[in-house]
Amino acid sequence: MQFGVFSVSDLTVDPTTGRAPSEAERIKAIVTIATKAEEVGLDVFALGEHHNPPFVSSSPTTTLAHIAARTTRLQLSTATTLITTNDPVRIAEDYAMLQHLADGRVDLMLGRGNTGPVYPWFGQDIRNGIELAVENYALLHRLWREDVVDWQGRFRTPLQSFTSTPRPLDGVPPFVWHGSIRSPQIAEQAAYYGDGFFHNNIFWNIEHTARMVELYRERFEHYGHGRADQAIVGLGGQVYMHKDSQQAVREFRPFFDVAPVYGHGPSLEEFTEATPLTVGSPQQVIDRYASMREHVGDYQRQLFLIDHAGLPLKTVLDQLDILGEDVVPVLRKEMAIGRPAHVPDAPTHASLVAAAGGGRDATVYAEGDDVTGASPEASRAEEVVTP
Amino acid sequence: MTFRVAVVTAGLREPSSTRMLADRLAEATVSAGAARGEQVEIEVVDLRTIAGALTSALMSGVQSPEVSAATTAVTTADAVIAVTPIFSGSYNGLFKTFFDLVDDGALAGTPVLLGATAGTPRHSLAIDHALRPLFAYLRALVVPTGVFAATDDFGQVGSRPADDVAPLDQRVERAGAELVDILLARGRKQVKDEFADFTSFDELLGQG
Repeated sequence: MQFGVFSVSDLTVDPTTGRAPSEAERIKAIVTIATKAEEVGLDVFALGEHHNPPFVSSSPTTTLAHIAARTTRLQLSTATTLITTNDPVRIAEDYAMLQHLADGRVDLMLGRGNTGPVYPWFGQDIRNGIELAVENYALLHRLWREDVVDWQGRFRTPLQSFTSTPRPLDGVPPFVWHGSIRSPQIAEQAAYYGDGFFHNNIFWNIEHTARMVELYRERFEHYGHGRADQAIVGLGGQVYMHKDSQQAVREFRPFFDVAPVYGHGPSLEEFTEATPLTVGSPQQVIDRYASMREHVGDYQRQLFLIDHAGLPLKTVLDQLDILGEDVVPVLRKEMAIGRPAHVPDAPTHASLVAAAGGGRDATVYAEGDDVTGASPEASRAEEVVTP
Repeated sequence: MTFRVAVVTAGLREPSSTRMLADRLAEATVSAGAARGEQVEIEVVDLRTIAGALTSALMSGVQSPEVSAATTAVTTADAVIAVTPIFSGSYNGLFKTFFDLVDDGALAGTPVLLGATAGTPRHSLAIDHALRPLFAYLRALVVPTGVFAATDDFGQVGSRPADDVAPLDQRVERAGAELVDILLARGRKQVKDEFADFTSFDELLGQG
């Protein structure tokens, strides 16, 4: 079972001081949070991708590569990578590059985004959201598995004799999670490919989450990737902790009350009842999250949102200390109790290499150069045709 | 056959003339059903009791259990009776807030009987210029007779001497009978399972 944190990279005014961090401060804070996550013993750091204020993370692979260089064990992921508006060719290239630099400590979570205008800004139509996710991922999947791709689709320029470089590290593509809250089609997509399914349930009740996960598990088995309880499931979560639970509520309430998205709406008490948000003692967080598997089955990845709504860096680092010292070690033990041996852990590069029967150097060498014009495809042919 | 009819009322006071009209429309529907040998069960969704939670749901996207129960009652019912007070020339904000929280398409093809109340008969066309467009957007099957009740209407039985408008009790009865006619023609509502709303990838990628 993997535990980690995810950041949406919002630049929000701290309501207790009236001050918002600069972009420079926030970007550095994200790096500090990620390295701290490793230091306190968490497994995963995932970073969002956005293309509008108040978010700073437009280019997650740049940030994640930097974090990779400053960590040794931490699994790096995204929350989410926009499969709808990014060119799948660039996703293939960028994340393969990151995978090499991070020695394989990379996976991705694909999503469709939550900001409507991102579609037109990137030349797409939001009404095609699902179709884009389907077609773009079908291409991305091939680009990482076939050295030379000929391809034609509805949304992007056709490809002839295209090789995405670098090839995946050890010939094994990064593991992919598909994130969706309400679209059964995306659960179906994750199941079809035998990929992971991440339900970011921070705005949903557990009953809805359970139904979506159940659908994914059912279809995972239908497509022959294993038993339903062997499907790879991740959940979102949101916590704020203090050893005195009343103090936790007192400290978090001013941030909650004016937070982007849910601020000025439900009360903290209503929201914690309806969603996984837990504000209280470490034990309360343990109790709440240890019960998640009663709803969705034994699962593989639990990510917490802890750095949004203007919470200052120091507070976030304190929260990471509590997570690492008091919460996650206990949750690891709780989640292991009664977990069947045939339920797998979340795939890592090492496990994927092992499953592939070992790693191989997947480098594709071009015969000749720009002048001779020989293609990678030609380099693979028995006889290289030269002009 | 037993039909389930959800009654949405957006009256703000207790007691409420809007609730009163809603109850009369519900009774008329039950009687019209009985006259045709059909049973009609009524479930009332009184929006004033969940007004705060509706606003929270709008703000956060998270539906509390009571909001979720209300939207589910309305979207799974075989027919809906929707009644609102007329404020500033239109349905009130509470009424619109609720229907803003109903999923797109969830009322498509659902028979809906509309009612409205106001202090004076001057607002009597509000059903036609404000409520009907809203339910046209929702692609509901709106009953031809909408029932508007001004305060005065609650004091009228039989025909008015001054004009030839049918009195409230007759209009209510006619509307209930029309709703039952449409309900019988449509049968029980087939509720779409949101978790089954996908195309299999075998089919989608042309391999099935």
